[in-house]
Amino acid sequence: MRGTRGRPVAKYILKRFLLMIPTLFGVAALIFILIRVVPGDVVELRMSGESGASDPRLIAQERARFGLDKPLWHQFAVWTWGAMRLDFGTSMWTGAPIWEEIRLRFALSLQVAIMATIVAVALAIPLGVLAALKQDSWVDYAVRIFSIAGLATPSFWLGIVLILVLLITFKWLPPMVYTPFWVNPWQNLAQLIWPAVAVGYRYSAVATRMTRSAMLEVLREDYIRTARAKGLVEKLILSRHALKNAMLPVLTVVGLEFAFLLGGLVVTEQVFNLNGLGLLFVQAVAHRDYTLTQALVMLVAGAFIVVNFLMDITFAWLDPRIRYR
Amino acid sequence: MRHRGSWILSSLVTAALALAIGWTAPAAAQDKPRSGGELTFVVPSEPPSYDAHREETFGVIHPMAPHYSTLLKVDPFDKTGTKPVGDLAESWTIAKDGRTYTFKLRQGVKFHDGSAMTSKDVKASYDKIIFPPAGVVSLRQSAYRAVEAVEAPDPQTVRFKLKWPEGSFLLNLASPWNWVYKADILAKDMHWYEKNVMGTGPFKFVEHVKGSHWVGKKNADYWDKGKPYLDGYRAIFISSSSAQVAAVRGERAHIQFRGFTPADRDSLGQALGNKITVQESPWDCILMVAMNHQKKPFDDKRVRRAMTLALDRYGASQSLSKIAIVKEVAGIQVPGTPFATPPDELAKLAGYWKDVNASRAEAKKLLKEAGVPDGFAFTFKNRGIPQPYEPLGIWLIDQWRQVGLNVKQEIIEASAYHPMLKRGDFETAMDFQCGFIVEPDLDLPRFLSDSSANYGKSGDKVLDDLYNRQARATDVEERKKILRAFEKRLLDEEVHSMMTLQWHRIIPHNSKVKGWTITPSHYLNNQLDTVWLAE
Repeated sequence: MRGTRGRPVAKYILKRFLLMIPTLFGVAALIFILIRVVPGDVVELRMSGESGASDPRLIAQERARFGLDKPLWHQFAVWTWGAMRLDFGTSMWTGAPIWEEIRLRFALSLQVAIMATIVAVALAIPLGVLAALKQDSWVDYAVRIFSIAGLATPSFWLGIVLILVLLITFKWLPPMVYTPFWVNPWQNLAQLIWPAVAVGYRYSAVATRMTRSAMLEVLREDYIRTARAKGLVEKLILSRHALKNAMLPVLTVVGLEFAFLLGGLVVTEQVFNLNGLGLLFVQAVAHRDYTLTQALVMLVAGAFIVVNFLMDITFAWLDPRIRYR
Repeated sequence: MRHRGSWILSSLVTAALALAIGWTAPAAAQDKPRSGGELTFVVPSEPPSYDAHREETFGVIHPMAPHYSTLLKVDPFDKTGTKPVGDLAESWTIAKDGRTYTFKLRQGVKFHDGSAMTSKDVKASYDKIIFPPAGVVSLRQSAYRAVEAVEAPDPQTVRFKLKWPEGSFLLNLASPWNWVYKADILAKDMHWYEKNVMGTGPFKFVEHVKGSHWVGKKNADYWDKGKPYLDGYRAIFISSSSAQVAAVRGERAHIQFRGFTPADRDSLGQALGNKITVQESPWDCILMVAMNHQKKPFDDKRVRRAMTLALDRYGASQSLSKIAIVKEVAGIQVPGTPFATPPDELAKLAGYWKDVNASRAEAKKLLKEAGVPDGFAFTFKNRGIPQPYEPLGIWLIDQWRQVGLNVKQEIIEASAYHPMLKRGDFETAMDFQCGFIVEPDLDLPRFLSDSSANYGKSGDKVLDDLYNRQARATDVEERKKILRAFEKRLLDEEVHSMMTLQWHRIIPHNSKVKGWTITPSHYLNNQLDTVWLAE
């Protein structure tokens, strides 16, 4: 029994894992070309500054230093070889190692993503289940209004409103500088709880609607009717049979949103002045910092691919039909 | 009756005196600098590297200038930002032929590692700026073309030998970018200062967390005893303008040294009342219109003159200053500074006439003469930055429409803007200039025929000649005369370029911040040695 079950699972995981390689290579090639197609050049931007004037001799000297005078295929080959060894080089804007630039921001972005996910899941699953169980009652309508409002409200706007409320009503503003949780938990939460709420609310709206519709679908399945006919306790039917199966699409949403939050909180990070990956991303693109932009895209793409991979494995665990397909 | 009158008079005098004492006594107490406290300020940009000799952004100057000294600096209390005073230099002499400048350095100045600063360090720093070795970038090298050699005859003396006399040389040595580095370090590694800090300034480096903040602490061994007043400072990097305003409003930051918009000033004033002090100044930044001389009909000076005549600059000064960071009507120099055009002379230039109707009638006549039909359409390229590009762009389009020109605006993303200008891929475009000291030698080279920043490709050798003559004129009045001729040719006769309005710098700061004076440049006055915090 173990042997027959183990082989398809291992094959399934291996297949999914190997699929990650061409995906990452495709992303790498695409971003390498796209960032160079966009007009503007890191060297000119840096040398011109606010005065607008720049010396062509110095520009040529700096371009050569960064290897930008070499043919594109050569630049791509050098960069790919480095990326394969997880060496993304140095930032063309700051000259600091790419890993150092990312490491500084990663902890903050990861924490906001985790906190927003906790907020979202804590709201979405109970509300979604409740709305499904009380379909077409006032409870259902209230949950639907709550979730539609969440979908319609941009998280950066909610962030601005939160800041204004804190500022005008309580004459208080969240700390402007990030303090790691292990250094000062109170200071850390005082800064990060607000963006987590602003982002988590929109995130929960998507997940709530998904939970509700998935639950409604599952509750109409034959096996739920069979479980009820067997006289199983309603609580057990909901938790063991209905919720577990309804979680498949919800997990997909939660997983993808989580990966998105790692690098996608561009405007929210600006509103709350969070030194995260989203803000770094914007600066890297604005500065035409090729090496940093490429590394960040690879990081976010990698996060999506890994989250997808983990979800595939989780699906296979939750639904045995998938791993035998 | 006379008696009663004198009693009233004496009462009034007494009351006036009492009032005067009442007002001045606390003010005097307030004005006495107080030591202690940490100044927190917002920086909207971040240093790409730590070496000011190779950088061009205020993101380097604002957080890092307090760690360094320069040979000369601009007087921190001079509102024009044009008066040089000694920083490391205690005194100086200029040879009669204007070609040798000799500086005596202060005694007892120490680097933050405890080593003594000598002329060797000043020479090594200026050699790096003026004669950089291969592979070392120095962005302001061309500003010192007149320098033949920098010498250090003894530990306390530095001598600059020039190839020709230069009226602006002394002020040019007060450049806020020319930090004095340690010679021994430069001898070992010319790139060391790109990633490290070691200066003689009033504050020592504590930490820099990229994307977050920069911290400095008081240098107890600073040469100017009693200074700095602050225990330290913290620069917080905030790129979003709304978050910057929120930081000042929420009293998380005392000040932002670059500038806020009129709307931000008003909202902060309303929210914080007398907790906010506002300082304003004309700003040494200006947006101009580049007209491509290689594209028809902008190769015709009658068309270019018509375009500047269409602008009601005085009206715009009133209206735009309420919504944008522009205000003063200006020629080639910032109003209020030594070489600025007097208003009555300015009013004689095309586009600066007080009678805008006459000006526009002349514009229409010129367009007709040049064969430009009514409703002629062209594209104006503008930079995708809200302040002040957006309102000024809309204003220009409206003004040109009033003389029968049909303008289509094309917004170009900020990062792609400069390459577009350099390619000459435009008919008309917004051009920009931001200086660190208001000085013709620094502000005018962009209009010269061989300048890479002469985007309109005007190639006017007469301007080149006028520029060179003013640069070498040592007599101030003589220099002013040549500058007026330069200005007349540039803006009136040939109209190679046209000025919009001078930027207007607005700094609303926490009223606790004392000892800081606004200047026309956001690159100046950031050493923080004179700044203190009231209780």
